This record gives sequence, C-alpha cells and structure tokens, in this order.
Amino acid sequence: MEKYRANLLLCAGTGCVATGTPKVRDALKAELEKQGLADEIKIVLTGCNGFCAEGPVMLVYPEEIFYQKLTVNEIPKLVEEHFLKGRPYEKLMFKDIEKKHAIPLMNDIPFFKLQVLRVLRNKGMIDPESLDEYIARDGYTAAATALNEMTPEEIIKVMKDSGLRGRGGAGFPTGLKWEFASKSQADQKYMLCNGDEGDPGAFMDRSVMEADPHSVIEGMIIGAKTIGASKGVIYVRAEYPLAVERLQKAISVCLDSGLLGENILDSGFNFNLEIYLGAGAFVCGEETALMRSIEGQRGMPRPRPPFPAHKGLWDKPSVLNNVETLAQIAPIILNGADWYRSLGTEKSPGSKVFALTGDIRNVGLVEVPMGIPLKTIIYDIGGGVNKKKKKFKAVQLGGPSGGCIPQELIDIPVTYEDIVKTGAIVGSGGMVVMDEDTCMVSTAKFFLEFTADESCGKCTPCRVGTRVMLDMLTDITEGRGKEGDIETLQDLSKDIIATSLCGLGQTAPNPVLTTIKYFGHEYEAHIKEHWCHAGICSDLCSFHIVDDLCKGCGACMRGCPSNAIVGEKKKPHRIIQELCLQCRSCYDICKFGSIEIRPALETKPEPAVKDEEVTT
Amino acid sequence: MAKLTIADLKKIKEKQHATFTLREGGYRAKVTVHMGTCGIAAGARNIMTTLMDEISRANVEDVITTTSGCAGFCAREPMATVEIVNKAPVKYGNLTSDKISEIFREHVMGGNPVEKYALVVGSETTY
Ligand SMILES: Cc1cc2nc3c(=O)[nH]c(=O)nc-3n(C[C@H](O)[C@H](O)[C@H](O)COP(=O)(O)O)c2cc1C
Ligand code: SF4
Ligand code: SF4
Ligand code: FES
Repeated sequence: MEKYRANLLLCAGTGCVATGTPKVRDALKAELEKQGLADEIKIVLTGCNGFCAEGPVMLVYPEEIFYQKLTVNEIPKLVEEHFLKGRPYEKLMFKDIEKKHAIPLMNDIPFFKLQVLRVLRNKGMIDPESLDEYIARDGYTAAATALNEMTPEEIIKVMKDSGLRGRGGAGFPTGLKWEFASKSQADQKYMLCNGDEGDPGAFMDRSVMEADPHSVIEGMIIGAKTIGASKGVIYVRAEYPLAVERLQKAISVCLDSGLLGENILDSGFNFNLEIYLGAGAFVCGEETALMRSIEGQRGMPRPRPPFPAHKGLWDKPSVLNNVETLAQIAPIILNGADWYRSLGTEKSPGSKVFALTGDIRNVGLVEVPMGIPLKTIIYDIGGGVNKKKKKFKAVQLGGPSGGCIPQELIDIPVTYEDIVKTGAIVGSGGMVVMDEDTCMVSTAKFFLEFTADESCGKCTPCRVGTRVMLDMLTDITEGRGKEGDIETLQDLSKDIIATSLCGLGQTAPNPVLTTIKYFGHEYEAHIKEHWCHAGICSDLCSFHIVDDLCKGCGACMRGCPSNAIVGEKKKPHRIIQELCLQCRSCYDICKFGSIEIRPALETKPEPAVKDEEVTT
Repeated sequence: MAKLTIADLKKIKEKQHATFTLREGGYRAKVTVHMGTCGIAAGARNIMTTLMDEISRANVEDVITTTSGCAGFCAREPMATVEIVNKAPVKYGNLTSDKISEIFREHVMGGNPVEKYALVVGSETTY
C-alpha cells in the first residue's frame, strides 16, 4: 500500500499555472527525489485555491501549512527546512501586514478563516483529475441516492425547501425551475450547464470547473434524473482551455466507470453529456441565446414565453443552470434542506462565491455565507484597499449588469433582497473594489462600453440606446458635457430597461444609474466645472504642486514623461502647465501628497512645438 | 474499467481513507519525528523510514507521521513524540529502529506508553 507522511497540494489553477506552477512542480519533484523523500511525500496538483494573487500557492498536509509565491529558487531551502528538518519555512508564508509576522496555518489567515466551503468544498483538497479522490469526499453518493432512492417529486421538494436560488445572476429558485421542466411532457428533454461566464473580472465558474469538475457533473445527473433528461450539454467558453480539459477528462472517466451513459450506477437511468465550446459573446450566456448557439445558430435571445422549461434546446423542454448552482446540488441532497438553510437568510439561503478584484489587498475567490455584511468581505477577508493611504470609495457588484455601492452603504448584508435595493445586483459574483482615485463617470463608461459592444443588435433600444448613452458619457468625460445630460441619461436608461428583450439590455443602464444616484456630484463636476476630481479624465483636470507640502525631493520630476516639472533640490517644485500631459504620474509618485488635482485650465497655453507640427 | 455500483463507491472511499485522514484531520494518533540537524545526524531519517514501514505493514489509516525541528534535547536524539488523541503526548529519546518498532506496536497500536524509553510527557508544538 502506498503510504505517505505528507501530501503537498500544489495549486494548478489557471492563475497559479500562469505564475509558475509547472516549473515549481518540477523543481519540487526533483528536490524531493534528491533528498530521498519522494516515497514519503506526495505532490498532488489541485484546482484553484482562491488566493490566485499570491500564487503559486501550496498547502501542506497534515499540518495544513500554507505557502505562497513559490519560486524555483526557494524550493531546495523549503524542502530541506520543512520536509527534511521539520521546520516550516517562514519566508514563504503569508504575512500579516500590520503585525508583520508570518501566519503558518491556512485557517488562521483571515482570507481563508472567514470563508465557508460548500461550493468550493474540494478546493485545495483533491486532485480534480482523480475520480477516486472525488468519491472519497462523498462524491457521487448523492447521485446514487437520487437515482436509486428518490422520485423526481422528492428531489424537487428538497430543492424547493432548501430555497437554493440560481447563481447565474437572476437568482431564480432552482427547485421551481426543475419542477416546471419535470412536468413538461416530451419525448426528449435536456439538462444544460451554463459555463459561459462572460462578466469581465469574474472567474468563479472557471475555478469550480477546474478544481472540481465532478461536482458539476454530479449536479447535472441529479437534475437530469429530476426532469427526465437523457441528454445534457455543458456550455463552456473556449477561452477556458483548462476547464474544458478537466471537464473532458471527467466526462470520459465517468463514461468508463458507468457514472454517465447507460444504466448509471445500476439504476436503469441513462444520461449522456457533451461539452459545447462557446465563442465568447457575452449575450450567449443568456439562456435562450445559449440554446440557439448550441443549435448552431447565431446566439440571439428570443422572447419568453415560451420558456425553456417548455420549449428550450431544439424546442424540447430544457433546464439551464449555472456552474455554481450545479456544484451545490449534491451536498443539498446528502445533507438536506435544513442544513442548506443553516447559512444565509430566509430569502437568500446558503453561501455564495465572489471574485474579489480591483483595488483590494487580497485578490481572489471567496465563498461566504449569504447575509454577511459587505464590509466583512472587503475589510476582513479582502484586507481592505491595497494602497495604504487610499480610502475605499465604492464596490461594483454584478459586473456590467450591476451597480456601484458607495462607502456609506458598506454595512449592508449581502443578500439578493438587500443588494437589489441599492440599485446593484448580486449577479454572478464579481466584486470590483474601487479606491478614492476612481472616477465614477469613467467606471460607468467602462461597463457601458462593454454592453454596447456586446449587444446582439436585435432590439433598437439596446443597440442604439446604449450607443447614445455611451456617446454622452464620452462627451462628459472629454469636456463636452451639457446641462441636462444627467436627466437625459436617466430617461434613456428607463426606456432601455423597459423595452429591451433580454437581460443584457434590461440591466445595461444599471452602472450609469447607480453612479448617478450615489456620485451625481461627480457628473456635475465633470459637466459644470470641467473637473474630474480623481484626475482620470485628462481633459478635465490640471495638476499643481502645493508649495507648503512639497519637500523638493524631485521624485515627480524624474517620473514625469514630459519634463514638465522644474525645481531645485529641497525647494518647492513647479509644473509648467504648457508641457503637462495630465498623465497623473506625479500624483501617484509623490509620497507627500503635494500634487493637487484642480479643474481643467480655462485656456491652456499651447506648447510651442505644437505649431511646428501643424505646419508640417 | 468496470462499471461502478453503489457498493464500489463505498470501497473506493475506504481505500482513500488514509489519504483523507491526512488531509482532513480526524486521525487517532500522530507521531512526530524530530529532525533538527542533530536529529538527522543521529539517525532520525532511519527512524522515520522504519516508522513508515511499520504503518504500511500494519495497514492502519488513522495514524499520521510528521516531522518537527530540533526538540532542544540534542544529546537524546533521535527523538520522537507520540500523541494519541485526547491523551498527553509522550516524548521518546535515544531511539533506534528496534525501539521505534516497539513503541509503534505498544504505544501507537496498543495504547500503552513504553516507559523505559520515555523522556517526558508533554511536548512543544510543531510550529
Ligand atoms: C446577457 C446575459 C448574460 C448571461 N451570462 C451568463 C453566464 O455567463 N453564466 C450564467 O450562468 N448565466 C448567465 N446569464 C443568466 C442565464 O440567462 C440564466 O439565467 C442562468 O444561466 C440560469 O442558471 P441559474 O438558474 O442556475 O442561475 C446571463 C444572462 C444574460 C441576460
Ligand atoms: S436586449 Fe440587447 S442583447 Fe438582448 S436581445 Fe435585445 S438587442 Fe440583443
Ligand atoms: S501630470 Fe504627468 S505630465 Fe503633468 S506634471 Fe505630472 S507627471 Fe508631468
Ligand atoms: S489559481 Fe492557484 S489559487 Fe487560484
């Protein structure tokens, strides 16, 4: 029997592979062999462990010691110290920034400590390519129960009692969706999985597919049994090659071992599963468009009703669920609805995975109980804003369909019902943190640019309306904003929301509406004073050095790409406005906060060189 | 590959039990071999190898082994600490292959500390 005294679970998710896992793995393997430890210590490659920004990361069992930012050069020392001499190697541990000491154990690191792992129950715990390891963690036990011991009605009852809501964005109750499709009569039905994950900045679903592909397949088997589907499709975006590879391997091992195909687990139930590669259009994540896309047509939404539960893929009753939704089905069947409800609130039970990004210290993937205050996620788990001197300003939830929640509302609990009151949505779980140096008009413009580009063009309000709004935002950020623009933007938003066919158009104005609601003064300042306080819109700001604060260190001068800063050592410096490009470098460089951002200059003196350019 | 049945799922789970005891915790006994420079010089590697052989041979799944740094008792190396869950840890010194085998049989498996090799009851933690 192979027996190891330690298991090294090295992350091989997309993030860590990019930061060096393959080389680190080779070095680790070679070093363990060199020290004669290869028979005692086993390396296991896992999916994403959530702390991608610190990658490559590795967990050492049985101690549960967490190492980060591994490099090939550090491996010999790590092996000698920890695995040979038994002294965990501090240099590669997570450091507490304030107290400056190392935190050895994964579960003592605040980022991990406050999480609950249900969807991500197997992250950093199993080899995603090993069916046996998945089974060891109760894998396919729920499928066995559902297939052999439960009727569709019983499964639907558990799902409805659990209160599970779809994690793809809309939060529709999963039990209800399954019930509709289960009641539809047809010779063929389909169970589908949405792995399109189009929101910029989101990577929850990718991580689940990479780290635990069997959890998605098991959820689909249970769903298929419930609605009576003998065929299924997982729709994954082609930009996720590792997820596709892991899913493909998982499907083929399931076919070989009778967990997919004919007579699954001797239950008489048949289910065949395929992968369909999506080409990456955002709108293809919408359910009716996704089904058209699988049929080989252009991915365009179509009106509902008929709902997919009656006429979905190939006009047959179909259920489409999100990856994260599906990954939670098995534990609910195993542990029951009450267990599921032991976390979260009445209307938003359970836990949710979020992708924390932006100006935040701990970038990564976190799973938290629903109802947790937004503040806890941002400060305790996320570690707050990543730049010491900067203040938190807002957080964007729900990607291009969502909205910005300002600092004043940071105490609200994260539930579907509370977040929607702010004008944002929980959405699929993207959480972009922004610090005080963010221009909210530009942020709204960024998201609208995305939706305007991704509009499929079917509905005029969505196609033309988002363009008109985008042009107005561009004008505002470039100094051509007019009195009344804010009202026009709000009116246009209402029309687009009311008259668009699909969720893309219906939610596209949200980022604009929420930024107007909470940061209306920034829009006003852009339009009336030609002043972008954050200094992001280069036509709407000017940079000045405050004499009293300037120490004359010269750092800004060295960093200025345009040689616009002059001054003697230890004396206040000065910016020559004619030469300044409003690039903002000096503002970021100055350690003493002596660069001030003021409105754009009324008449900017033209630099002399410009004239020569014009004449040539 | 043969088609799995529900009984097979259980078998696979049992087969993986030792691995997941290591990762999930829930072990009954932990043996820590002290591997400081002095320990290694005194033959701690050999102790570890013997111990792992014993565990394999006994085919037990709820015993894990780990290493720690110098225990600060260099003269008594090689040393090991046996911790049975909910019992006070016992530290052994001046070990040899034969002694660790005996300790494994008597203490780890049998639950009776081997007093003649014991140094102290109680131990420092691994980190
Ligand atoms: C424009 C648009 C894009 C969408 N993109 C996704 C996506 O990438 N992934 C996803 O799961 N759901 C996406 N949805 C939601 C799906 O239409 C659908 O509601 C969801 O997949 C259903 O699964 P659930 O009930 O498990 O949440 C999108 C919706 C719209 C309107
Ligand atoms: S709302 Fe926009 S994306 Fe949706 S169907 Fe209409 S045009 Fe296409
Ligand atoms: S904003 Fe840029 S160009 Fe202007 S003074 Fe500062 S560093 Fe120079
Ligand atoms: S990819 Fe390694 S932690 Fe996310």
